[in-house]
Amino acid sequence: MNKLLIVLMHTYKTRIKSKAFITTTIISLLLIVGLTNMQSIIGAFNDEEKITIAVLDKSGELYEPFAEQFKIAKVEDLEVVKANKSEQELIDKVQDGDYDALLVLQKNSQNMPEATFKAETVSGAGWIDTLEQTLQQTKTVLATKNLGVDPGQVAEIYAPVSFDTVALKDSAKSEEELNQARSIVYVLLFLIYFFVIFYGSMISTEVATEKSSRVMEILISSVSPVKQMYGKIFGVALVGLTQLALIFMVGFISIKSAAKGEHSGSTIDSFSSYIQLDQLPISTVIYAIVFFLLGFLLYATLLAMLGSLVNKVEEANQVITPVILLIVVAFMIAMSGLAAPDASFVTITSFIPFFTPMIMFLRAGMLNIPIWEVMLGIGILIATIALFAVIAAKVYRGGVLMYGSATSFKNLKKALQLSKK
Amino acid sequence: MSLNIESVTKKFGSFTAVDDLSFNIPEDQIFGLLGANGAGKTTTFRMMIGLLNPTMGAITWDGRPLTEKTSHVIGYFPEERGLYPNLKVSDQLLYLGRLKGMSKQEIRIQVKKWLERFKVPEYENKKIEELSKGNQQKIQFIAAVLHKPKLLILDEPFSGLDPVNVELLKEAVVELKREGTTIVFSSHRMEHVEELCEYLCILHKGKPVVHGSLKDVKRSFGKKNVTVYADFDLEYLQELSGVTRFKKVTEGAFLQVENEDVSQRIFEMISKKGFVRKFELEEPSLNDIFIEKVGASYE
Repeated sequence: MNKLLIVLMHTYKTRIKSKAFITTTIISLLLIVGLTNMQSIIGAFNDEEKITIAVLDKSGELYEPFAEQFKIAKVEDLEVVKANKSEQELIDKVQDGDYDALLVLQKNSQNMPEATFKAETVSGAGWIDTLEQTLQQTKTVLATKNLGVDPGQVAEIYAPVSFDTVALKDSAKSEEELNQARSIVYVLLFLIYFFVIFYGSMISTEVATEKSSRVMEILISSVSPVKQMYGKIFGVALVGLTQLALIFMVGFISIKSAAKGEHSGSTIDSFSSYIQLDQLPISTVIYAIVFFLLGFLLYATLLAMLGSLVNKVEEANQVITPVILLIVVAFMIAMSGLAAPDASFVTITSFIPFFTPMIMFLRAGMLNIPIWEVMLGIGILIATIALFAVIAAKVYRGGVLMYGSATSFKNLKKALQLSKK
Repeated sequence: MSLNIESVTKKFGSFTAVDDLSFNIPEDQIFGLLGANGAGKTTTFRMMIGLLNPTMGAITWDGRPLTEKTSHVIGYFPEERGLYPNLKVSDQLLYLGRLKGMSKQEIRIQVKKWLERFKVPEYENKKIEELSKGNQQKIQFIAAVLHKPKLLILDEPFSGLDPVNVELLKEAVVELKREGTTIVFSSHRMEHVEELCEYLCILHKGKPVVHGSLKDVKRSFGKKNVTVYADFDLEYLQELSGVTRFKKVTEGAFLQVENEDVSQRIFEMISKKGFVRKFELEEPSLNDIFIEKVGASYE
């Protein structure tokens, strides 16, 4: 069997069997299941806590129209009850917890409804606004009735205006498309970001561990450094992809089953409505995979190189910090680019190799940019990876033989000298 | 099939680690590479296995340079022991064996054989970090010989082992030699080298200072050791011409003389002086030669 494959399989097997992998996978799977079923989870809690509001109608005329408006508004978890007791008695009941709140309705001097809301606390509850809006509507209905306007006409007045946006430029996406693309790109950018940071630093730790345990000397006498380095990079990438595949699979099944179980529109938007799997454009998926893999390769090569320069695992974190910062910067630019994907700084940074994976993907996903731009970005990326692979292989070869004070970038030069033929 | 080192020089920047080193290790021989710390032994070994490239000169095995492609020919036991601390012994050896091009089954057979031989078959499923240092060393040795290398390089194989395990390892080395393995090893313990090596080379600051078969080296050294136990004071002997070293011991003195004539003269002198309980003339030990050549007291 090819030695690259042996290194790859060894890295894969030991990593996949490790406790760290198993725990992180289980935790993220639980998170995914939780997130996709957020609605049912919240619903389960809400069923028990239907909010009951006692309404004391001092005017004797307001409750009926108010309750009617309330019905029209279709507020799920609120319930209004007409109360016929004195205000003080009702306040006592609210304090005892029999009711959640008390709404006192009366007419003011202009014969218009007004209300006083009384509850244990009046902060933080979104449903107070709902009550206010309902009362506002009640008032509108009453006022227009007083003026002798037909309720049908009122409804006409308040019907929402139709407002469509049409992009004239060919390359522009419609607002709706853009929003959808934005959410997909957003999720995928996050994925690239986490994957590269998490698995990239795993590679440098792995290399540093091998070096500190001095296995490297034996390994490197049997396998060429390039094969060893890439065996490791691909092995770790495979571990990451396994984890991603699991997450996607569970996520997909979970979203599907959550969508099936969705029976009524709730105030909380379900996670699945943000990500419309069926509407994911195929080109975006392909771009995501291509840039994901290339971005990982670029950063992994860099991180493996840096990992070979240090002696101890603890030192690995220090030397990889600049690279991690680069990823963070790329992510920041991408995040601001989400709002304005056609800004010139986004265009420029999309051709800088360290940023290309995220930003070119952002542009490709959100704009209709010419294909040659994407290809140019990929080309630059591949060329950079090749360049770093050559340098990294040399540094790796020298670096693994170098013991002594690390963490300075002078070591890079030293390692290169050591590897000279 | 011999290892040929031809005027090899290795420089790290302005520092010369190995300076114009040449020797030939015939097949089926055990070759000892000696030298003080920093003499260039490990650098030489690393060049042999192709980890480093010589600045000048060439190292060839069977007329061809050693590269990654010939790595299955070589077994390497590094001075800095290197194993994965949290891998099981069997997984560890499986991985290293596979990298040397062995099949899984072959590895399993060999691992079993060697573990039994070193009397540690119960360690097969233990993690390296759970083993004592001496036992880790045995596993390291197995990793070096698992694939039946033609050329075995042992960098300080016996350091840190108890006498029983040293014997165990020595026996294994001798047997490997009998089976046709060419062995190069370095050690600080001269008695191990004297016991095992036919050929040796002493490095000093990267330069070979002594080189040849053990017998020739001793013969050409010329100097002899004399041990005298007598009832009277022997201090005056150190003033004698031809005495190169003098060391007072409890019962008498230990001397190094230039040749046998000098020892004869001493014998005549002291026999007149009084009662001599012991007079012994010995071949120089490798330790003496080493100290003399490297010029530093060493273990």
